[in-house]
Parts: sequence; structure tokens; C-alpha cells
Amino acid sequence: MSTLPKIALIGNPNAGKSSLFNSLTGLRQKTGNFPGVTMDKLTGPWEIEPKKEVEILDLPGIYSIYPKSIDEELVINILGNPAHEDYPDMAIVVADASNLKRNLLLFSQVRDLGIPTVLALNMIDVAENEGYVINSLKLARELNVEVAEINAKKGIGVNGLKLAVNKTLANRYASNDALPLPVADALIEDIQSQFGEAEPYRCLLWLMEHDRMKMFSKAQREAFDHLTEKHDFSPKSYKSQETVKRYELLTEVVDRCVINLNRQWDAAPVKTLTDRLDKVFLHPVGGYLFFLAILFVMFQAVFTWATYPMDAIDGGVAYLNDWLKGILPASALTGLLTDGLIAGIGGVLIFVPQIAFLFLFISLLEETGYMSRVMFIMDKLMRRFGLNGKSVVPLISGVACAVPAIMSTRSIGSRKDRLITILVTPLMSCSARLPIYTVLIALVVPEKSTLFGMFNLQGLALFVLYLLGFFMALISAYVMKLILKAKERSYFIMELPTYKGPRFKHVALTIWNSVQAFVFEAGKIIVAISVVLWVLASYGPGDSMSKIADQVRVENPQLSGITLSNKIASEKLENSYAGHFGKFIEPAIRPLGYDWKIGIALITSFAAREVFVGTMSTIYSLGGEVEDENATIKNRMRAEINPATGKPLYDMALGFSLLIFYAFAMQCMSTLATTYRETKSWKYPLIQFTYMTALAYLSAFAVYQLLS
Amino acid sequence: MVSLAELAIGEKGDIVGFTDEKLSLKLLEMGCLPGSEIMMTHQAPFGDPIAIKVSGYTLSMRKEEAATILINKK
Repeated sequence: MSTLPKIALIGNPNAGKSSLFNSLTGLRQKTGNFPGVTMDKLTGPWEIEPKKEVEILDLPGIYSIYPKSIDEELVINILGNPAHEDYPDMAIVVADASNLKRNLLLFSQVRDLGIPTVLALNMIDVAENEGYVINSLKLARELNVEVAEINAKKGIGVNGLKLAVNKTLANRYASNDALPLPVADALIEDIQSQFGEAEPYRCLLWLMEHDRMKMFSKAQREAFDHLTEKHDFSPKSYKSQETVKRYELLTEVVDRCVINLNRQWDAAPVKTLTDRLDKVFLHPVGGYLFFLAILFVMFQAVFTWATYPMDAIDGGVAYLNDWLKGILPASALTGLLTDGLIAGIGGVLIFVPQIAFLFLFISLLEETGYMSRVMFIMDKLMRRFGLNGKSVVPLISGVACAVPAIMSTRSIGSRKDRLITILVTPLMSCSARLPIYTVLIALVVPEKSTLFGMFNLQGLALFVLYLLGFFMALISAYVMKLILKAKERSYFIMELPTYKGPRFKHVALTIWNSVQAFVFEAGKIIVAISVVLWVLASYGPGDSMSKIADQVRVENPQLSGITLSNKIASEKLENSYAGHFGKFIEPAIRPLGYDWKIGIALITSFAAREVFVGTMSTIYSLGGEVEDENATIKNRMRAEINPATGKPLYDMALGFSLLIFYAFAMQCMSTLATTYRETKSWKYPLIQFTYMTALAYLSAFAVYQLLS
Repeated sequence: MVSLAELAIGEKGDIVGFTDEKLSLKLLEMGCLPGSEIMMTHQAPFGDPIAIKVSGYTLSMRKEEAATILINKK
């Protein structure tokens, strides 16, 4: 365990906390413009003197010490509890100098908890552009703390900050005042005698927020309730009055330390770039059109641009496999390597271009500040369905992956809105569904066809599938809104940050991190299942497999060469363990149009849907046409004949039935695990799994019966 | 005295008080202080949510939340 001094980074959302964290620690992490990006515990070492390091802990952005949502709760659980393993030795409060008063409110609360605190003034250039000149030396004297001027984005002012931190670490001086709003001494004394010596403000925090603090037992909570009653103390009104009082005191300080060159901001209203952009993006009609256009371009582009690298990967893997088969002796081991392992890895790598493109778009929207405008224009619409403007971010992120999307619901204040968002987010078509969509659309939608001569029909089909997922999410949310009971009311008080140019380094890092996570995390499962599947498909119960070759020769004496070996291969697959599994569930999936081969893929993709394509390539490499040396999975499936009709198996009805099934089915262990972690109950993952599977089965059934 | 929800785009007023105790804390923390000037800057389609300029930045909220802020119209 490290015994380095711990420093907590605290500040309002968008104050530049994450940028400062990056420039101090050099650790790679993501920063964004909308509230709630800094979710997980982020720490990193910072060398404040040669050979002297401290540990920086990045806490979620908050406006006040009093939490309104569960990611904000984390902060008081750490700062309120000196026994907490992350309790800091001191804090750096990062303040946006262009909105000084509001940022100082949080600073003064942290300081009054008795934590030695340094104030880091960020965005001084913005404040000066708006006509405010800050005398930070005077501010330091008035507030009785070390103040450092920094530019977090450019990494300027770090030496001054080191100096301030070193001084504060050395003297451990907490400059807390008396309570800004006095309470009865007897109340504080009662708390101190029952719960130990602590600063008066910390005692009050315990008293007012004990229900949200994990450090207290049930008996202690009751003791707090008893004290609240005994002293006739009203937490609600104390918090409001305290906030007003703090602002009064801070206004006096700011008035003495800040010169306003404009006098009043309304004297000459300046049209900033943000004002002008908001005219377009928040326009009642134009705003929606712009948002829809962005989404449409995103999907059209993802489908067309990504095909080039994808075809290259697809072809490369097929080429590598053929080459290996050519130089290695034909054996079970070679089969495992080529058709099992390499085919499985190929099935993972082929996702990479599309995931990269999706995260490129999503992180650009977050970085620029446009995402919170989307929340703004979508709130009213989402509310009708029991969601919230803030649900838009999880829903859009769900297009990439439901796991981070569900985690990003923590910033939604209302429990009911949050729960509904978690339950419906997996209906958004995540990137793991993309390869399935890609393969199946390519099979059933003609490649060259266009609508009105301009929209690629395949791209359009993909767009429709995404819309379908989205609308199904809305409908499900509406149903849940009627079923679930709300205890508290939802609210939507949110800062609209100024527009910023994206930091391309952050965008690149976001893409890199997500691609890496996918390749290594999801990739492990996919490759493992591919290998297991190869074994299941190559071996069968008893000695049935070894007899098949002779049996086929006896039954079909007219066959020879390639046709014969094909016949043998497909007979073998049918008699393998995998074939038996597939046949076992065939009666259940027959109404949806699926045969036992698809049944195998359904079973294997239950843990992770991205396994579908890998499974298909394994199944069809085993039973496919050997004469077509470069045949990829798409071509092999296209060549598959329905034995009953003699026509291609993958016709419109089957293709769309499968597409719908995969659009709605809950086939992802990681998502269910995340839902459990976020709701702390098995009830919700169970509900999620059941309703989505039922939805998938019934919709696929309806589609197949209508089209065939 | 009117509520913030009744302002048209571009209109201003000074905050007088709040009618909802629970919301008032959040609004205070976000810089909506009694006496401070507030300007309606945007309304989302269907007039809800709204965005206001207060304490030098842009804050968005729902119309029902804006209705709890009492102001003296200028």
C-alpha cells in the first residue's frame, strides 16, 4: 500500500478538474463537457518535488457538498469520513475564475470540513476576456488559503501549484471559519459527545446527510434522527439558509478582490460564439433537424467508411488461414489453429473499424459541449416516455456499448428515471450487433441499390435497425413508467457549458481505450468460445464421427472429390456435439425460421452476441465449399441452400427475422453484470433479460411469419 | 411579481424568492440567488425546458422548475 500523501481534486463540473488531473499525473483518462464523466475512482502520482510524490485522487464534479445524485454521494462519503481509505491529507479545489462566486461556494464548504485546502484558479483568461480582473494575492489573504493561478488545458501554472501544495502539506493548516450560519452549541456538543470530536461543520454534515453516508450504522442513524428532533433542527432550511449566507460572505470577498471592467454584464450584452451557436442548435425546428442529420451522417458514414478496413481484415484473415493450411500438415491441430483460433480472432478484429468510428463521433459530441444541448432539446420528448433529457447520453453511448452507457446513468438524479434508463439502454443497437447486422444486411439487401439514387439501401437498412432499437427502448420505457412507482420527483437543473473545440488528444485516447478494451475484454470471451465451439463441432458422441466418412461413401457411391468431402463435412457437423445441441433447440426456433446451425449460433452468442459471426464462420468453415479458397463468411452463408425449398436459406424472411431477434435479444453477460452492480439487486437484471428475450422471440416470430 | 416561467425570450428580472424548498437548495447552489438578475435566453421546442442566463453562465431547467422561482420583472 502506498503511504504517499493523498490529495483530492474537487471542483464543479466543467471547471477543468479532469484537464488538471491529466496534466499533473500524465495518466490517461477521459474528460468531457457534460456532467458525470469522471465516474470511477481515478488516481495518479504527481511529483511535487524532485523525488517527492503525492497521490492525486480525482473526485466526481459537484456544485456543493450536499449530494443530489449517487455519483455526488461518493464525495461526502470520502470527505466526511476521516477513517475512509481515500480520505485525503489535503484538497485542491479547482475553480472556474469566470464563474468565481459559484465555484467558491464549494470551496468554502470543503474548507470548513477542516480539510487543508489549496484553491486553484482556472480559466483566468476567460474571466479577463469577459472583463473581470482577479487579484489572487488578495483573494488568498481574504480566504486565508494558498491560491494558485493555473491554466489546466495548457498545463500552465503547475509550479505555482506545487509551491502552494507543498506549503499546505507542511503546515496542515485548515483555515475553516466558525460555522457560516450558527446553530445551538448544545447540538454540536451532543454530536461530538456521541460521535467523536470533529469540526462543527463536519458534525452538521453528518447530522444532515447521515442517510447517504455508509460510515453510520442503523443505530447511529436513529441517534441522528433523535438529535434532529431533540434540537428541533431542520436540515432543509439550514442548508438553504447556509447557502445564502455563504454567498453573502463570498460576495463581499469577491467584491474586494475582483475588478469588473464592464460594471454590469447587461450594460453591453456581448454576443459570444456560444450564444450564436445556440441560436442554431437550440432552434425549435433547426435543432432537431441538425441532431437527426448528425445521427444520420454518423450511421451512413460508419457503414460506408468502415467497410474498406473491414474488407481488408476479412480478406487478410482468410488469406492467412489459407496460407497456413498450405504450409502446415493437415491435422487436428492445424484445424484448431486456423478454423478455430484464427477465425475467432478475425471475428474480433473485424469490429475494430466500426467501434473506432462510433467512438470518434460520440467523443466529438461530448468534447465540444454539444451533448448537453441534445439533452436540452430532447428532455420534453424523453419525459413523455418516463425518461429524462439526461437519458439521451446513456442511450447514445449504448450505440457503442451498453456497459459504459449504464454506468453513465449515475448522473441522473431521479431513481425511477435512472432505473428505466438502465433497463432500456441495452435495446439500443450496440457495436457488438454491428457485425451481425453487417453480415445479414449484406445477405438480404442488394448491395448496389439506392433510394432516390442517393442513399445506399444497405446504409438505410442499418439506420432503420438503429431507429427500431431506439423506438423499442422508448416504448419499453413508457410501459415501465406506468408500472414502476416513483418515490421522488425528477428534476433537470443543468449547466449548459460553453462550446469548446475538441481536444483531439482526448478524442484519440477515447477511441484507443475503447478499441483496446473491446479487443482484450470481449476478445478473450470470443476467442475462447470460438475454440470451444470448434471442438464441439469437430467431435461427436461415441465413435459416430469416425464412421461417417465410410457411411457417406457407401450411401453415395456416385459422389467423388470435392462434392464428396463436402458431404462428409456437413454430415460430420450434423453428428457433432454442436449439431446435437442445435438440433435439440430446433423445435423452439423453427417458428422463427431458424435451422439447427443458427441454433448453435444462438446458444453460443447467449453470453456475448458478438460471438454470432465467429460461430457462423466456424460452422461454415467446417461445412463449407472447399473449392472456394477465399470464401469468407458472407459468401459461405449466401451459398447455403435450404434443403426443403432448394432456394438460398438466407432469404428475406429469415434474414429479417434474425436481424430483429438480435436487435432486441439480451445476449450479453457483461451488461447483466453491470445492471446488477448499478441496481444492487438481481431483480433488475432478471427483468431485463426476461422482457428483452420475450420481445426478441415474439418480434422475430411475427417478422418471419409475415415475410415468408 | 411573476414566476420565471412566465418570461418571454430576452426578458429579464431579479430573483425574489422560491416556492419549493427542496428545489431551492439546488437552485441556490447553481447561483440563482435572491437579488441576482436572470434572463430568459432559450426555450426548447414546445416551450420546455428553458435556458436562462444567471451569474454569467447558462443554466437549463424545466418549466415546472422555473415556475418555482419568483421574480420582479424588469
